[in-house]
Amino acid sequence: MNRVNTWTFQNDIYVQATGTVVGPLESQGPIGDAFDESLDDLHDNKKSWEEAERTMMEKAIAHCLRKDETSMKEVNVFLTGDLINQNVIGSYTARDLNVPTLGIFGACSTSVEGISIGAALVDGGFVSNALTAVSSHNATAERQYRYPTEYGSQKPSSATFTVTGSGALFLSRQKSDLRIESSTIGRVVDFDRSDPWDLGSAMAPAAADTIKTHLEDKGRSPEYYDLIVTGDLSSVGTPLVRELLKEDGIDITENHRDCGLWIYSKDQPVFSGGSGCACSAVVTYGHIFEQMMSGVYERVLLVATGALMNPLMIQQKESIPSVAHAVAFERVKHE
Amino acid sequence: MTYLWAFILGGAICAVGQFLMDRFKLTPAHVMSSFVVAGAFLDFLDIYDRMIEVAGAGAMVPITSFGHSLLHGAMEQADEHGLIGIAIGIFELTSAGIASAILFAFIVAAIFQPKG
Repeated sequence: MNRVNTWTFQNDIYVQATGTVVGPLESQGPIGDAFDESLDDLHDNKKSWEEAERTMMEKAIAHCLRKDETSMKEVNVFLTGDLINQNVIGSYTARDLNVPTLGIFGACSTSVEGISIGAALVDGGFVSNALTAVSSHNATAERQYRYPTEYGSQKPSSATFTVTGSGALFLSRQKSDLRIESSTIGRVVDFDRSDPWDLGSAMAPAAADTIKTHLEDKGRSPEYYDLIVTGDLSSVGTPLVRELLKEDGIDITENHRDCGLWIYSKDQPVFSGGSGCACSAVVTYGHIFEQMMSGVYERVLLVATGALMNPLMIQQKESIPSVAHAVAFERVKHE
Repeated sequence: MTYLWAFILGGAICAVGQFLMDRFKLTPAHVMSSFVVAGAFLDFLDIYDRMIEVAGAGAMVPITSFGHSLLHGAMEQADEHGLIGIAIGIFELTSAGIASAILFAFIVAAIFQPKG
């Protein structure tokens, strides 16, 4: 049997609505107006950062369902992931939702993992709709992946800055203007990078591999897409993925952008750019979908990248494996 | 003249630390513990006391002086009580520093909320 990397959905699956909530720095960025809500500070008047992150996810879900005029009772399955140990942000959010829930993890690629699994479940007829939500929070994720922010560790310029935010997306077979056409599930690759302060270099090969696989599987050239957008490769990984694909004769330079570079402006103190589950989610659900609706882009390939390590593996001198999943969105016009 | 030496020596110690972090990718915790060991070793070679004489705070403030104080305290009590004196004296000179670090950390943690 052949290996299957790309799932082309047989039934038309559509994005019904999205909800996005971001932190203070993100709302001051160049696309700050695109989000539904923003926090004034990282604590958001909660006892802990985890609670603040959970509230963001709850709000993102509320915005999403409100826009679609759907109640929680109508949601068939909830797919959720975040960056905190044991996926607690998603699970603790889910305990109040009373919906069948699947916790998923792909580090910063979780957004696309959720959309892909959700679309496949709807396509297969197991459920009639799916709600997916991801979140990341600068203070909780930096502690989880590197050092607590209050430790004040020095960071090199290659370090990324975890985006504070949460994005929710609701999908079903009901017709809308945004169709989910196909997904390419990435394989885990490891190019022997072991610096947790440079995840862009670790993830770029995964992104290149998935983009190449997707284009080959679908028999498409990069020009087919108006936009190929990677999740959080930052200013280090972005030139790298373009370079790697060029070696394979694929030139994405013209229509490639990175969410991690999109969400912040150059003068914001974020080192090489944004990262985290929320990075690809809020930029895509908030800004890119808006642009698709206003006709700037017709076809978009979102490639979310994830570094699959934890600090223990780094301490044990292991390298950083990474993965990238892609999903193709199309704007459709109904008669 | 002490000011100049303090600047040169203190700066040099910090520069070595930065070099270790940037070039050898050592974590801050690694640099800190290596500096404590290095300070103790320099004291063993009888160098650190002379560094303090010349550079004053330039040698007293960096964490290397912590290693130097550990060794001094341990050796002093060892003279008096033998082997067990090492355990008695090792934190003798540094206990003020350790105690105030704990106290001030507690006060700050009790009053402030981390910014993130």
